[in-house]
Amino acid sequence: MKPDPFRIQHVWKETKDTFSVELTDLQPRRPFLFCPGQFNMVYVYGVGEIPISISGDPSDSRHVIHTTRAVGVVTKALQTLRRGDVVGIRGPFGSPWPVAEAEGSDVVIVAGGIGLAPLRPVLYRIIERREKYGSVVLLYGARTPADILFRKELERLRSRLDIDVHVTVDRALVQWRGNVGVVSAMIARGGFDPQSTVAMLCGPEIMMRFSVAELTKKGISDDSIYVSLERNMKCGCGLCGHCQLQKYFICKDGPVFPYVNVSNAMAIREL
Amino acid sequence: MENLVSIISEHPIFNGLEHRYLDLLVGCASNIRFDAGDSLFREGEDATKCYLIRNGDVSLSIHHPPKGFMTIQTIGAGEIIGWSWLFPPYRWHYDARAIQLTRAIALDGTCLRRKCDENHDFGYELMKRFAVLLEQRMQAMRLQLLDVYAEA
Amino acid sequence: MMKIAPGQIDVLVRVLSDKGYTTIAPTVREGAIVYDEVHAASDLPVGFGDEQSSSSYRLSQSESREMFGFAVGPQSFKKFLFPPRWKILSAIRNDGSIEFDSGSTPSGESAEKFAFIGIRPCELQALRIQDKVFLGGAYQDIQYKQRREKIFVVAVQCGKPASTCFCASLNSGPRAESGFDLALTEVIDGDGHYFVVEIGSDSGRSVMEGLDCREASEAEVEKAHRVTETAARAMKRNVDTEGLKELLYANADHPEWEAVAKRCLTCANCTMVCPTCFCTTVEDTTDLAGANAERWRVWDSCFTAEFSYIHGGSIRATPRARYRQWLTHKFASWVDQFGTFGCVGCGRCITWCPAGIDPTEELRILRGTAQAVSTKE
Repeated sequence: MKPDPFRIQHVWKETKDTFSVELTDLQPRRPFLFCPGQFNMVYVYGVGEIPISISGDPSDSRHVIHTTRAVGVVTKALQTLRRGDVVGIRGPFGSPWPVAEAEGSDVVIVAGGIGLAPLRPVLYRIIERREKYGSVVLLYGARTPADILFRKELERLRSRLDIDVHVTVDRALVQWRGNVGVVSAMIARGGFDPQSTVAMLCGPEIMMRFSVAELTKKGISDDSIYVSLERNMKCGCGLCGHCQLQKYFICKDGPVFPYVNVSNAMAIREL
Repeated sequence: MENLVSIISEHPIFNGLEHRYLDLLVGCASNIRFDAGDSLFREGEDATKCYLIRNGDVSLSIHHPPKGFMTIQTIGAGEIIGWSWLFPPYRWHYDARAIQLTRAIALDGTCLRRKCDENHDFGYELMKRFAVLLEQRMQAMRLQLLDVYAEA
Repeated sequence: MMKIAPGQIDVLVRVLSDKGYTTIAPTVREGAIVYDEVHAASDLPVGFGDEQSSSSYRLSQSESREMFGFAVGPQSFKKFLFPPRWKILSAIRNDGSIEFDSGSTPSGESAEKFAFIGIRPCELQALRIQDKVFLGGAYQDIQYKQRREKIFVVAVQCGKPASTCFCASLNSGPRAESGFDLALTEVIDGDGHYFVVEIGSDSGRSVMEGLDCREASEAEVEKAHRVTETAARAMKRNVDTEGLKELLYANADHPEWEAVAKRCLTCANCTMVCPTCFCTTVEDTTDLAGANAERWRVWDSCFTAEFSYIHGGSIRATPRARYRQWLTHKFASWVDQFGTFGCVGCGRCITWCPAGIDPTEELRILRGTAQAVSTKE
């Protein structure tokens, strides 16, 4: 598959190790449409190609925003690019969050660390059609207050009176007046009807496992819980074999899965 | 007295406790309120009470030399803060401070310990419930320790 | 069915070459029978036989004129349809943009035209499997598709299975009923030496018109069938496929994974010789000036330590996890992904494993029906 050239409009730092890029299609034959939860394979010229979550507003088909941590060769190179530089984009790939299916229900979003990036498009969609959903609860956990992703947006979200936003960190200096503790522990606070709730989780696998346990304790069934998984990817489209988790290809059967489908696989170590 | 009994029995950790034990508990209980910023206890002080938080938020913090005071946990409504009164030398290991207006039931530790000594069945009921609390706290703490969001 | 004399094989090679095919057939190189371009029937391993067993491969030579008296060698035809290294992208920086060019032209005219002579029933099954993998999903592998659409297949029905073969228990041999343009069965005994030919397509029929052939007699057809029947009965190994997928899924923590991991070198030989393994990685390179960049698709193996690497570590860090991944994929996950087993019973992984690991034996142990058979033969 050939990548399409996309031009960088902005590159900006989100936190100490996380940054975002905004891209526009250089040869827009059609608008770039994606579903919340999908990712692109982003190619940095001469360096390599990696999967990055699309983290922007799905209604904006001109500007494509990706958010990622700068942890490897390609992401570190991407972070040095500037407005006007060109990258290659293949995508969007992957299965989406059940945004439409969640209409009519309460929604609980549990995100940890960079996991908020692939969930932000869900929030955009929900806000756009707020009346279609019941209670909406967002639980977000980060390492420290300085690592809180999209902080201003979270503050703005919280100031809306119709979305419950709870942010917690693993540790903080005492000046932080917010919550300190694991994000999964906030699930017990409720604010949603377990009989009619769709939960969407994204973050380190262990955080998702603990969160599922808490959601289950609250009475939410496995088939109403969705997780986003991550594996090594080389092609992004089901041909290279790298992203397999048991029978699933994370790139095309996922990355979003109903938890009921992957609970067995997630419980087996080193699968 | 009745008021305190119903408040205590509503608290998740004492849910289902038999009435005769509730009465014993109430004998050690008192209503208390902390304004935002008030200190519940400080590291090193004698640990004489535990607090059932009814509403509000309390931060547990510890002094960690180069970094300063670090908050390690926030404890809110429906939770309990403090169990150092259970174990010798009955001394606090952390600072606890109310983040916002907080209402709590204070249970006197010396009083509770004496009643546990006198009535072992009561003591067992209490220990069972505190053990659950400890286990939950430990699970959460381990997850925090793992530092799952850290850069690899 | 038709009958041809052995001399016609040479004519067949020339007919195919005249039609513009690069003709690939078995040939002897450095002590093994490999697949390479041939120009005459004399390039074939005439009179060669093979002795294969766990960790062992030996060729023998005799005065016999038999042309296909051996089983499969270390390579499979996948190396032609799906080359080990292939440029899938070139990128040129110009004018403030990047010009991307994939390795294939949309019409496929640049794709090479291959004729395969000597492709075995197990390899035909492997071809069917690779078709599902590369062509059956939402995204197809264009390079594979373009070469695949042009191939001419002369299959050879098997008469001499190696001790490592087990295609019969997987229903992928020793006789192929379809999937070929022509299928040859070599009959060689006291009464003579000839080939019985089955025509499987119109292209096959048209190629046959260039050969000297006649209708095979009932007795000749009977002998051809007996060749493969004898081969089926002679198979020394098998796989019990009953409930195999469920068995593997249910035994992720079987102690045998730990035991086999102690022997496995994670050398990836098994995946390299396997005719269905399809995992690849990519290599991105650029020239010194930075004006031209390329991406190459390269064969990879789930046995390597970095295969499952994501920020900070590999998911399958231990050889135990990696061996389990390979075998479970082959005999369980593959069924859910592609509708068939990933294994065709060719036995290459048994022959070419330097540690003497035998997947058919491993499956028996996992099922709990391992016999006290020595793995050395």
